[in-house]
This record gives sequence, structure tokens and C-alpha cells, in this order.
Amino acid sequence: MLIVEINNLTVQYPDVKALDDVSFVVNSGDFLGIIGPNGAGKSTLFDSMLRLNTKYKGTIKFFGQDIRKSKNYLKEIGYVPQKPIFEKNFPVTVSDVVRMGLRNESDENKIDEILQQLWIHELRNRRIGELSGGQQQRVFIAKALVNNPKILILDEPVTGIDQQSIELFYSILRELNSKQKITIIWSSHDLDAVNQLANHVACLNKTLFFHGESEKFFSNDELVKQYSEASMQEHMHHH
Amino acid sequence: MSFEILTYGFMHRALISGIAIAILCSVVGLFLVLRRYSLFGDAIAHSSFGGIALGLLAGVYPLWTAYGVSIVSALIITKIKDKYNISGDASIAVLLSSGIAAGLVIIGFSGGFTIDIFSFLFGSILLVSVDDTVLILSLTGAILIVFLLLYRQILYSTFNEEQAKVSGIAVEKINYLIVFMAGITVVTSIQLVGVLLISALFVIPNVTAIMYGRGFKQTAIISMSFSVFSVMAGILISYIFDITPAGTIVLLSISLLAGTMGIKSAGLLSKN
Repeated sequence: MLIVEINNLTVQYPDVKALDDVSFVVNSGDFLGIIGPNGAGKSTLFDSMLRLNTKYKGTIKFFGQDIRKSKNYLKEIGYVPQKPIFEKNFPVTVSDVVRMGLRNESDENKIDEILQQLWIHELRNRRIGELSGGQQQRVFIAKALVNNPKILILDEPVTGIDQQSIELFYSILRELNSKQKITIIWSSHDLDAVNQLANHVACLNKTLFFHGESEKFFSNDELVKQYSEASMQEHMHHH
Repeated sequence: MSFEILTYGFMHRALISGIAIAILCSVVGLFLVLRRYSLFGDAIAHSSFGGIALGLLAGVYPLWTAYGVSIVSALIITKIKDKYNISGDASIAVLLSSGIAAGLVIIGFSGGFTIDIFSFLFGSILLVSVDDTVLILSLTGAILIVFLLLYRQILYSTFNEEQAKVSGIAVEKINYLIVFMAGITVVTSIQLVGVLLISALFVIPNVTAIMYGRGFKQTAIISMSFSVFSVMAGILISYIFDITPAGTIVLLSISLLAGTMGIKSAGLLSKN
């Protein structure tokens, strides 16, 4: 079943074109890894898909509906941002944060359930600002999952997190996709991880220069080389 | 002396109104503090000064004109801030100074400072009438009901606007609603502590409560308790010693903050 259809998406900022004629689809059950160097337009793509950016040309459809016409599709989405920004001493506990995501407030035991599933139940009464980056990330995943979304969208969610937490995070994603059949759209810098987890890959650098099954991407040395060089250049540029 | 003061009608009205205002300011203030908008209450209060002066000049009950002027100017400044991308603190400075400036000019027309002006600047809780008390209780009830009904949306958009938007919350509408309710709250509270000390009621109990390192509801309850305590004790102490209630209330609330800081430095509170 077709879940997302993006057609000729172009985003022009005053001084730079962030996305140029991007088209692709996501089917139910896909685990799509979106890779591309910094500034490739990954966040702009997500912002457009989530109605945070509405100044784009082209169309974005979720479940066959143009997202310009209705924001109902957002109910089916769990979103984990790159690095959630909040005040360190914001007076909310882990349960409070997950509860914010809960649409139907009578589902209070959903909170305990999801916290147990993500191995953070014992942290439920701790303030969010006291936790490590990896723990905070799991709290935000819990918040994204508490409404049983059909789609999980994650924007580079391992930036600045220790290796052990990253491993745990990946195993959680794998389980959500394979056992709970949640469609995952995930942007990442980590090619190895995308290779291991995703069944589809979209390679973005303003335009989409590859989209298809991840096996096809990773068995094509020329494409992987092209991508690695592009991201290496970007890396050098940043240092 | 002792318990005799608790039998006076004006004292009943002062305490009842004071407790309502204490709870109201603590709730609205918690969201303002967390949005880094601590001085917004102060700015609305100063703009209400212009409204009070206008009422006195026009011969209308000054709080009515204060409600109108404060709410309208708070909403306008929020709109301007978003449209022209002015920072929060600068927009507060604009709102604050324009209210006082307008007030001073209008007072000039009406023949200078009078006793009425002073009671609005520094509060006059012992003078609240039955009508005032009813108004304070109704507005407090109405605003608290709105907060309870929209609790998740208001908290979520305060915590992280972007994520709240993605969950489908109408964040802009919530922001205007908060400004609107802050406007009503400030003018309602003028009778307790006056224009000049309003932001103390919004900020101090909340800054104190946040230090206790608890979850959201507990923080709100701690803040309300401190606020109610300061107001009740402040009204009683100021009456007994014949000093200003507004100043006493604020100093009590500052001493609770200082005490909390002391407890925290001694390592008796969880670090955060």
C-alpha cells in the first residue's frame, strides 16, 4: 500500500535551492534510509513533509491525500527530531514528556507500556534534563510511539549519542519495523547502519540521485563511492 | 488584636481575592517563565497604566479601560514581534515604555497624580469591594478552566513548539490565547500588588518551585502553595504592622526563594 507520494518537490530559499524536483514514494512497511551530506536538504524534506515548511512547489501526499488540504495525516505520524531543544531545567518528568504526545488522555497506561518497551520505565519520574543523550532520545521515541502511529519519521537521531545507546536504538527501530510493521523514514549519516537496517535507500543531494532497494544501492560500488566522496567533501568543508 | 482581624469583612474579601490572584498568577506565570517571557507580565502591567490613566480621565472605572488597553496592546505587540521578527525582550521593552509614556501624557491632561493613581501603582487589596471580589473569582475560575481544558496543548507548545506543531496542535492560536489570558490576569492582579510589583507574583514562586526538581504538576502545586502562603501571610502581617501589603507579599515570596536556594546549596535538593 502506498503511504507517501512526493512529486516534483522543489524548495527555493532566497539565496539557495534546497530541494530540486524530488519525487519518490514510500510503501507500507518500508524502512527507508535517507542519506546525503550536510546541507543536502534532508531537514527541508522532513519539514515539508510535516507541514513545518509550506513554501514548496510540487505535491506531497500521505495516504493519497494532499497534505496542503488536511493535517489529519499527522495523527498517524510519530516524529523524532534531530536534537529536541528544551530548557535543561524544564520541570517535566519522563512520563510528563510522553504524556504530551498522548492524544487520548484516558490511555494513561499506554505510557507505562511504551516506557517498558523502550527500557526506560525506571526513569519515568526523573526530570528529562537530568538524563543522558541516549536516554532522552528513547524518551522522545516513546513520545512519538505512544499514539500507535503508522509512520515513524526520524531526523538524524543519533547525533551526539554514545555507541551503546546507538546500538540499542537501532535494535529498537528494527523491531518496530519488523514486528510492529511501522513504516520508518529515517535520515542518517551512517552508511553502515543504513545498510544493516533499511530496506530502501534514498540518496539526496538537493536532487534525488538514487531511490530504490538498499541492496541495489549497496551492491553498486560506483554509487556508494559517489556518495562517500560527496559526504567526505562536505566533511572537509566543515572542518 | 490576634484573631480579631479575621472577623472583618474587608479582611475576608482581601484574603479571598488574594488567594484567587495568587493561584492565577502562579499558573499563568509558570508558562510565561518557561517560555522565557518572565517580564511579559511586567510589560502588560505597565501598558495597563496607560489604560488606568485613560479611565480616570474619561471618568470610566479605570480597571475596565486597563483590561481593554492591556489585552489589545499585548496582542498587537505579539503580532508585531512575530511579523517583524523582533526579539522577546525588545518587544517587552517597547510595550513597557509605551504604556508608561501614554499614561504620563494622559495624566498630564487630567491634572496630575492623584490618590487613585497611587492605589493602582502599589495595590489596594484591603479596599476591594464585594463586586471586585466577585469579578476576581469569576475571572480566576474562567482562566483556570481554560488552562485545565487545554493543559496538554499549552504545555506541549511551551516545551517544544516545533514538535507540538507536528502533533497537529495549533501553536500560534495557543500563543495568542496565553497572551490574552496573561493580559486579563495582570489587570485582575493590579488590585493586589499594583502595577509595579506584578511580575514578582508571576515569576518568584515559579522560579522557586522549579528548583525542587519535580514533575510539572508538582512544580505547579509547589508554586501555588508558596504564592498563596506569601499572599495570605503578607496581607495579615502588613495589616498587623501597618505596612504596605504589596511590598510585604513580594518580600515574603523572595524569602521563600532565598530559603530554597539555601536548602539547595546545602545539597538537600536533587541537583538539576
